[in-house]
Amino acid sequence: MIRAKKIYKSFGDLKILDGIDFTFEKRKTNLIIGQSGAGKTVLLKILVGLLEPSSGEVWYDQINCMGLNKKERRQLSMSVGMLFQGSALFDSMSVEENIRFPLDMFTNFTDGEKRLRIDYCLNRVELKGVNKKYPSELSGGMQKRVGIARAIVLKPKYLFCDEPNSGLDPKTAIVIDDLIKDITIEEDMTTVINTHDMNSVMEIGDNILLLNKGKMEWTGHKDEILASQNQYLSDFIFASPFLKQLKERAFQGI
Amino acid sequence: MYYKETMRQMDDIGIGSLKIVLIISIFIGAVVAVQLSYQLGETLVPKWYVGYILRDMVIIDMAPTITCLVLAGKVGSNIAAEIGGMRQKEHIDAMEVMGVNTTSYLVLPKIIAGLFTTPLLVILAAGLGIGSGYLIAIIGGYFTAAEFLQGLTTYYDAYNVFIMIIKSLVYGYIFTSVSAYHGYFVKPGSIALGRAGTDAVVYSNILILVSDYIIATVMTG
Repeated sequence: MIRAKKIYKSFGDLKILDGIDFTFEKRKTNLIIGQSGAGKTVLLKILVGLLEPSSGEVWYDQINCMGLNKKERRQLSMSVGMLFQGSALFDSMSVEENIRFPLDMFTNFTDGEKRLRIDYCLNRVELKGVNKKYPSELSGGMQKRVGIARAIVLKPKYLFCDEPNSGLDPKTAIVIDDLIKDITIEEDMTTVINTHDMNSVMEIGDNILLLNKGKMEWTGHKDEILASQNQYLSDFIFASPFLKQLKERAFQGI
Repeated sequence: MYYKETMRQMDDIGIGSLKIVLIISIFIGAVVAVQLSYQLGETLVPKWYVGYILRDMVIIDMAPTITCLVLAGKVGSNIAAEIGGMRQKEHIDAMEVMGVNTTSYLVLPKIIAGLFTTPLLVILAAGLGIGSGYLIAIIGGYFTAAEFLQGLTTYYDAYNVFIMIIKSLVYGYIFTSVSAYHGYFVKPGSIALGRAGTDAVVYSNILILVSDYIIATVMTG
């Protein structure tokens, strides 16, 4: 479980986050959604420790991240995995070397043990025969899978995904969504996903936080979206006329 | 991992720069020999002085300073672009999230590699510079081999070699650390990445020249 307690963040006079207070639950795919500029990425970066909040606290289970020194922070980081928007694979390394990188840095595994773990992770994301390939030789969807494999190689307790579906076709996006959801449950993780992909919201939105200009606009489960009276949520999710029509028809039972 | 990365950087900076060091050092020695022969040719100064001045000029200043100014251009821009590209493509963020100390992993191996390989490259440049000066002057008929060897072995002071090593260490530290700094703190965008490379070279060169003056003042003043 990750808890954001009264998070405020400003860059100079510009207020980005305004009192975010939310619990990201374990074994669930927790979604941060909102329009561009709503503060999603800043919140994710604060949660993962890449940015410091102006005020407020972030708790990883019983650990208050704000009170940690650099060494303790690095120790905690080993239980964190992250999938970046552009996958952030090291392009001078092969797929295998990318996944091996955290193992080389932080474990005393033998070569055989590392190979076993790499093979397991690649199998888990359904990638075979790409060990020696370089990121530039892979499709966007395959790069995301390698990114996920690298993120879970150290068996993290917390997984963060920044726009995991950006640049992917709808079919591949659903495959990536399902993969993240399955891994979250299998590995007993707390997963936080930053997205503005409406398919993802309706597919894997176990616990959703909607941001509007840095403030919490709405929270809930994907199943509560249709019944919600929140106009901003409705306008955001059903933004296109086509989706609005679909929603109205759903209400009319057509 | 740190050892492997340091070795990779040594290969990049050291072996990767051999060709350019070879070329510039040959021309440094050749030009100094021709120029000195021209300037001292019609004077009463003995010809063996050319070998003596060329040796000390190359060892004390030409080899370390010109080699490192060129290395700052070649290696410095490469370091700034490599680290800057990693910053822009979120590779550094990815490492930070993993718990990697990115300054230790990305910057330190480059500085260590610079400190180890720069003196070796400068020693090589000095040797080649003196050798090429000798060859060019003999071929061009500016002085005889005996005159050059007499100059080369006269007034030799090992302290000058010590000055050369100190300069190469300082310059090696300057161009690796300054370039890494500009790459590490690059702003988003391709224009900013290009500017980081340029700034890395410009600031490295300025600092090398300033420290050249300071070292000269302190060690020979």
